[in-house]
Amino acid sequence: MAEFFQTTVHDHFNYWIYVILMMIGLWAVIAKKNFIKKLIGLSIFQTAIILFYVSIGVKVGASIPILHHDDHVEHAAVHETPHGSDDHKVDHKVDHKADDTHAAHDDHGHGHHADAHAVSADLIANPLPHVLMLTAIVVGVATLGVALALSQRIFKEFGTLEENELLEQLKGGNVDG
Amino acid sequence: MITKVLATLAVVITGALLLYGTADFPAFGDPHSPASAGVEGGAPSISQYYITESYGDTKVPNLVTSVLADYRGYDTMFETVVIFAAGMAIFAILRVFRDEDDLEPNPTHTQGDRFIDGDHSRIIVGTTVRLVVPVIQLFALYVVAHGHHSPGGGFQGGVILGASFIIIALATDLGNALSRFSEKSYFTLAAVGILIYAGFGVLCQVLGSDFLDYGVLQKIFLTDGPEMARSHSMLGVEVGVAFTVTGIMFAIYANLSSRGTLKSGL
Repeated sequence: MAEFFQTTVHDHFNYWIYVILMMIGLWAVIAKKNFIKKLIGLSIFQTAIILFYVSIGVKVGASIPILHHDDHVEHAAVHETPHGSDDHKVDHKVDHKADDTHAAHDDHGHGHHADAHAVSADLIANPLPHVLMLTAIVVGVATLGVALALSQRIFKEFGTLEENELLEQLKGGNVDG
Repeated sequence: MITKVLATLAVVITGALLLYGTADFPAFGDPHSPASAGVEGGAPSISQYYITESYGDTKVPNLVTSVLADYRGYDTMFETVVIFAAGMAIFAILRVFRDEDDLEPNPTHTQGDRFIDGDHSRIIVGTTVRLVVPVIQLFALYVVAHGHHSPGGGFQGGVILGASFIIIALATDLGNALSRFSEKSYFTLAAVGILIYAGFGVLCQVLGSDFLDYGVLQKIFLTDGPEMARSHSMLGVEVGVAFTVTGIMFAIYANLSSRGTLKSGL
């Protein structure tokens, strides 16, 4: 049981949170009748996707994807071989992250000066999900604006934002409001 | 009621399937997950290349900026176009040019350049906003210009700059904000932003390289190598992104808050 919890929940808790958030959003989109509540659901859904992407880019013990001028750029070196630190990094727990980061940097500073520009990919978080989500957040705001504008227009034409009332009006032939 | 039961059923089944699928996913924070390191026996992940090589390629320490504005520059250009298109869509959906009968005129509406009108209830808010807005705008420009070295860039700075105008509209009224940043200005600014971004791409083509291949711009920036030319060009396109985002963010607020009349806001 404890092992099940460790491998299924503890190591994958980011996926649990993203699935739960996403399902809350999906439920709101399906079950709620009000368009604004549906939009809130869509926003929660989008937040779940953003959380999913960003959590994929996390590496335990790694720093932010901005190279530090002193530590990384000038003195950084490629770890020539994947020495023992690989396994030991996977075992790192999140609550020890700060200590690990510190230790990793210390290790790194005394590394081999093989290449003046290279940095170890294990010490920097994956920048690609951040890039994708950065644009997705701003585009999400813009598209949410379009959705709200459409809702406002619907309210002006039909006087309601409830899906069932709107469908009744459309069935009744009251299209021009 | 039956809808809610069916919705709950669908959501629970979907969620259970998704959770079942996550059992095969890499553990949280695994530095050797496929997304970060590539699949075993296959090619390494592209993010490995970004981390190890992008400083040498572009001389930009912020990897997010270099990936956003250079490696994925084409993608980012069209993300900016999407934002511009969203602004245009809101204009097309909501904007009305004559007063609607059901829209009562807002008595507090002023076109003037005043933060504090006769209404004493606005003194605290108006004074605070007047003091804070220049700081916000300066910070927004810093975020845009310093995006190479710290978290920031065109999208973030543009949103902060747009928010500074929204805060004016919230604290006083929409007319006051529009007298500083009119409809003509914000749509022009948004279009100029896209033009700057695409202009960098076309300029690269004119100089004989590919669209958005900034390295060739060293002939214009007179830098030592293509790396610094890429760095400078990224600042240029980030400024373009910031222009578009600033304009459209305020356009969204102005149209939504006034039901498309741009007369009386919240």
